[in-house]
Amino acid sequence: MSTTVTPGHAPGHTDHAHADPTVPVAHGLLAEFETGDAMAHAIEKAVAAGYTHLDGFSPYPVGEAADALKFPKSEMGPVMFIGGLTGACSGFIMQYWANTWGYSLNIGGRPYFSWPSFVPITFEMMVLTTALSGFFGLLAICGLPRYNYPLFNSKTFDRATRDRFFVCIEATDPKYDAAATRAFLNDLHPLSVEEVME
Amino acid sequence: MATASSTARSTELPLEPEMHPLVRSTYDQKPHGLVSVGDAIGNVVLDGKHPTGWWIGFLAGFAMLQILAMAVCWLFYMGVGIWGINVPVAWGFAIVNFVWWIGIGHAGTLISAVLLLLHQKWRTSINRFSEAMTIFAVMCAGLFPLLHMGRPWFFYWLYPFPNVAGVWPQFRSPLTWDVFAVTTYFTVSLVFWYLGLVPDLAALRDQAKKRWQQVVYGLLALGWRGSAIHWRRYEKVYLILGGISTPLVLSVHTVVSFDFAVSIVPLWHATIFPPFFVAGAIYSGFAMVVAIAIPVRKWYKLEDFFSDHHLDIMGKVMLATGFLVTYGYFSEAWMAWYGHTLYEWGTTMERMFGPYGWSYWCLIGFNCVFPLTFLWSKKIRRSPFWMELICISVLIGMWFERYVIVITLTREYIPAGWGHYAPTLWDYATMVGSLGLFLFLFFLFLRYLPMISITEMRELLPKKQGGGGGHSIMENAP
Repeated sequence: MSTTVTPGHAPGHTDHAHADPTVPVAHGLLAEFETGDAMAHAIEKAVAAGYTHLDGFSPYPVGEAADALKFPKSEMGPVMFIGGLTGACSGFIMQYWANTWGYSLNIGGRPYFSWPSFVPITFEMMVLTTALSGFFGLLAICGLPRYNYPLFNSKTFDRATRDRFFVCIEATDPKYDAAATRAFLNDLHPLSVEEVME
Repeated sequence: MATASSTARSTELPLEPEMHPLVRSTYDQKPHGLVSVGDAIGNVVLDGKHPTGWWIGFLAGFAMLQILAMAVCWLFYMGVGIWGINVPVAWGFAIVNFVWWIGIGHAGTLISAVLLLLHQKWRTSINRFSEAMTIFAVMCAGLFPLLHMGRPWFFYWLYPFPNVAGVWPQFRSPLTWDVFAVTTYFTVSLVFWYLGLVPDLAALRDQAKKRWQQVVYGLLALGWRGSAIHWRRYEKVYLILGGISTPLVLSVHTVVSFDFAVSIVPLWHATIFPPFFVAGAIYSGFAMVVAIAIPVRKWYKLEDFFSDHHLDIMGKVMLATGFLVTYGYFSEAWMAWYGHTLYEWGTTMERMFGPYGWSYWCLIGFNCVFPLTFLWSKKIRRSPFWMELICISVLIGMWFERYVIVITLTREYIPAGWGHYAPTLWDYATMVGSLGLFLFLFFLFLRYLPMISITEMRELLPKKQGGGGGHSIMENAP
């Protein structure tokens, strides 16, 4: 796709462009690499050069890329922990309330609050809510499902799930400048550099 | 989308002399690359061409599914009286098949979760379809308690829901534990499976040529784009799911064993029950995985991914769990004798030499003697023919294990309470029908979803071939 953004409509100043939805706005510059290592290396370089709004895309997880993006730890652990704890507590309280107060049955003279028999369901509830909070938490935090991601407009980006590794420096980056950023990316010896429109 | 040039370019990559032994292409003698892995697995789904074997399996499953439909309709009309259940044996085939199916399901989660945590890279080739197997097996398992209820449309009474009568489930009952355990197990397995599928569905979306495939797989892929930060979160979730699924597998079959062990029937309230049930579940589950994988890999020419090496490892796991199960049988008999309990010993003798003694010896033969004699040999473990035979034997043997447990009810403490149990035609029809449901769903899965994880196979590729250098999916997770 050719560059259609004039300096006056630099993508950093999106308020101008958004006034007229027919004017295409750049989402960012997409560089294509042959290997995961090259992608991770490029991200490292870009981060060192001061870019902050960028991301890497690969067909399988490349841990070095996330590290280079200064994303060493995911927030999913606490999300799932809190989810699981909530499930376990509510499961236990539900059983306690239902069988001790709500609908108390005398089973063989056992105490109404015979907590050991509530353990299996408490455990199952914990596992269930951990899994569900992990799944839905992942989608929510990643902003998924989203079908219309701008990079899908690119001609080559569908190979991100096949055999190519991409780095995208987004136009919202304060340091973004269509020409300078393109030159910077070209210095990293990518297979191609493409400007992708919103 | 793939272009001719992309395929050509990737095969020009330098050949790796020491390939990862798990990803070796035996067909063209060229090592796999990112593209060829995606094509080998994805084209099975996208091409729409299917080997004769697929049609045989699918149509057999579909035919048996009709038997299930008939059996269920007749059951709804007539009630559970059409089954052979009676007073000493109130559950009969329903619980035999329930426990059998749920046990089969366990191998899937075990392969995906436990082996993930143990960094076993060979799991990659089999985890996807064994997870699918888990889901379908749990569906078949769930069918039986549901039908046995007599009024299945009231199944939701087992769940705690606020109602005008103010009635709540009895949470001290193993039956209620079962409901929670099986529901949780099904949901978590589904989440685990689907989460693993998302990147592969995205790969299929981008690889598909037909519009409907792009739309359907695009919707299912949830807009996955392989962002580095998404991957990191994804891996973390996947790892934690593996971590919680491991105790879940153990807990589910433990809870299922509580259905028996919390009673006071002789030979049922043994402390060995939970671990012995879990071992049996893994045994039969692995047997089902291998029994299905052997024909499927042949039909789809996927021997590259599911190699004889896998058969060997699976055989070893079966050998180990087979011995655990055998120890369980021994321990039951030993405790009955050594414990000097009149009823336990009497029931043991009835089990072995009573009217249903044949089923006990079938169990020992199919489950212990035949498999454990032959699984010792590496040659046999690597032979598809022998492994298929052994696995079918284990599946039959494990079914008899549950049958023998249930049949214990015909001989209780007082002779006045003794009885007989014989399944009816409708019992068999429901059982065969559940097998049909399983095959039907499984063959649909083979047709429409990638049966091997494309993403994880790509990670296994050596770096020179574009892969992650043999990192399994979790090793990048923080």
